[in-house]
Amino acid sequence: MNKSSQNVTLEKVNQSLARRYRAEKRFRAYGIGAILFGITCLVVLFTDIIGKGHSAFFQTHVYLEVTMDSDTLYIDDPTDPQQIAGADYLAVVRASLSERFPDVSGRRDKRALYALISNGADFELRKKLEADPQLLGKTFGVWFLVDDDVDTYFKSRSDDGEGGFDGRLNEKQITWVESLINEGVMESRFNTTFFTSGDSREPEQAGIKGAIMGSLFTLLVTIALSFPIGVAAAVYLEEYAPRNRFTEFIEININNLAAVPSIIFGLLGLSIFIGFFEMHRSIPLVGGLVLTLMTLPTIIISSRAALKAVPPSIRDAAYGLGASKMQVVVHHVIPLAMPGMLTGAIIGLAQALGETAPLLMIGMVAFVVDIPGGITDPATALPVQIFLWSDSPERAFVERTSAAIMVLLVFLISMNTLAIWLRKRLERRW
Amino acid sequence: MEAVIQKKSEKQGIDEVMPSNEPQDIQVGDKTVGKPFADNPKMAMRNVNVHYGDKQAIFDVNLDIAKNEVIAMIGPSGCGKSTFLRCLNRMNDTIESCRVTGQFILDDQDIYHPKQDIVPLRARVGMVFQKPNPFPKSIYENVAYGPKIHGLASRRVELDEIVEVSLRKAGLWEEVKDRLHSAGTGLSGGQQQRLCIARSIAVSPEVILMDEPCSALDPIATAKIEELIAELKQNFTIAIVTHSMQQAARVSDRTAYFHLGKLIEVNDTKRVFTNPEHDLTEAYITGRFG
Repeated sequence: MNKSSQNVTLEKVNQSLARRYRAEKRFRAYGIGAILFGITCLVVLFTDIIGKGHSAFFQTHVYLEVTMDSDTLYIDDPTDPQQIAGADYLAVVRASLSERFPDVSGRRDKRALYALISNGADFELRKKLEADPQLLGKTFGVWFLVDDDVDTYFKSRSDDGEGGFDGRLNEKQITWVESLINEGVMESRFNTTFFTSGDSREPEQAGIKGAIMGSLFTLLVTIALSFPIGVAAAVYLEEYAPRNRFTEFIEININNLAAVPSIIFGLLGLSIFIGFFEMHRSIPLVGGLVLTLMTLPTIIISSRAALKAVPPSIRDAAYGLGASKMQVVVHHVIPLAMPGMLTGAIIGLAQALGETAPLLMIGMVAFVVDIPGGITDPATALPVQIFLWSDSPERAFVERTSAAIMVLLVFLISMNTLAIWLRKRLERRW
Repeated sequence: MEAVIQKKSEKQGIDEVMPSNEPQDIQVGDKTVGKPFADNPKMAMRNVNVHYGDKQAIFDVNLDIAKNEVIAMIGPSGCGKSTFLRCLNRMNDTIESCRVTGQFILDDQDIYHPKQDIVPLRARVGMVFQKPNPFPKSIYENVAYGPKIHGLASRRVELDEIVEVSLRKAGLWEEVKDRLHSAGTGLSGGQQQRLCIARSIAVSPEVILMDEPCSALDPIATAKIEELIAELKQNFTIAIVTHSMQQAARVSDRTAYFHLGKLIEVNDTKRVFTNPEHDLTEAYITGRFG
């Protein structure tokens, strides 16, 4: 190569240099743009959900003096639990309200007045009396839940009483509420009901504990089945199975199953577990079985990837010492693959936790008030509860929907954090 | 710019079609020259052929390994020396496409006999690999693993003793005795390789196979391993595959030269490196190809 051709090369390289730098900058800008887009979407989503949902963690209560008058309650014999359970507590609450607003008359107005208090107020009083029968005949103050319309009004009004969302409240009701507020007996308190009770038609009494327990039992079934089965299948396919057409066929089908829409698994669960095995509908056991089928492909695929990633030198070392196949797999390969397998399993379970469609098919979409106590009690799951609430017309359910989404997100984020932590913790260098 | 790229790819093309520098003029011959047989063989291999699928990797090899000798196997890349070594404790069984025929006798016992279990075989014929591959466990666990799975020690004290003796034999005891329970992967490359040697002698094998044990190590660590091989010779029979002719010359008693899957020459090491019998051997050790 002579001098002049070297110069030509150098010149051409210099010419292209600026273009290369520009291309590089553009390339980086695309990446940054993609990330910014993602972050923006996330911020918008979270702002919306938190903005709508945060108020659901607080609930308006009203302080009323009630007199546990045995005549009003129709209790002759305070030692009889039957009578305590069947007493007319609502009458006590109504009497207290009538006393507070003595000039309210007429059936219509009285009904409107009584509607200010949640119709769960009588349960509260019954619980109190059952816990302490001495209260009979005494007068004491109780913080009652207000009706969801009052709650929404109280939350949306500004401090000087302007701009409240009146919704289904009529003018008289608003006047009563305002007078209660001015008296200072109405206040917002932390909404424990939301975390301690099951679903309800009344938003102020609705909680997510039932859904959380339902999800928990469903996930327990899923974990207990899908992890061992998935790992066993992955270990067999990766370590033992001969490479032939049959195993290839199985492999292709596992990959296909991972792409099957989840509602199909719901249909499968409906026809097999409920139709053929005659299990009950709406129970976490069936939900767990269906979600197991759904997560298995994910777990098998990620476990196989983790097993494949174990360096062959470790296998050689163990084989060279005379370890049997099982000893190599159990002593060396599985422990080294465990972080990867666990990560895959947790991500699969997080997916299962957020899954709604298959649960709809097997009836876990039912309105369940009781908190499930086991895997065979009717239950809903968190995402299904969100779905149910999002369908309800009451304004107070809107904030509860968002709040339930927040709870679900907290669970999902903590599961993913657990996956990352486990991977970091168990990861070993070799 | 495009023109430049064009030129480069053309050049690569030329590289690919360049004829290999192997001497074409030398006759390979069918028979191994020199002394492939020993009077008191520890292992005797007869008519060994190895296929990977359709490709034959080893052609009709006959070789004895004498008791307590160090035999070095040398040859250019892809000549089948590692494949042959791995046949000696049936490590090739894990490769599905690999088919081994011929006789392998270890003390009058056919190691490829259908009834031969590979677990006791590998306990008798240990192996050290090219890349140090300690388990991601403690130093103690690494050495104790073999004795544990074979049930060589019934009590903790016995196991401790096996670990200490093995580490001493591997010349590693003084360096690690204070940190037996720290990670084996935290040692230096040379120490890791000696740990692997300690691990394989912990099950007291009769033969140790070494597959280029020093190729990933620096010269000082290599020197230590070579010293170790000289010491181990008193108790073990050693077969070592190496790329370094100097290493073969330093550590071995006999040297076997492989070429394209054939065993060309086996002779006393001194003879191979001073006055090789076969022209190919001479061409290789004088550096005309390889």
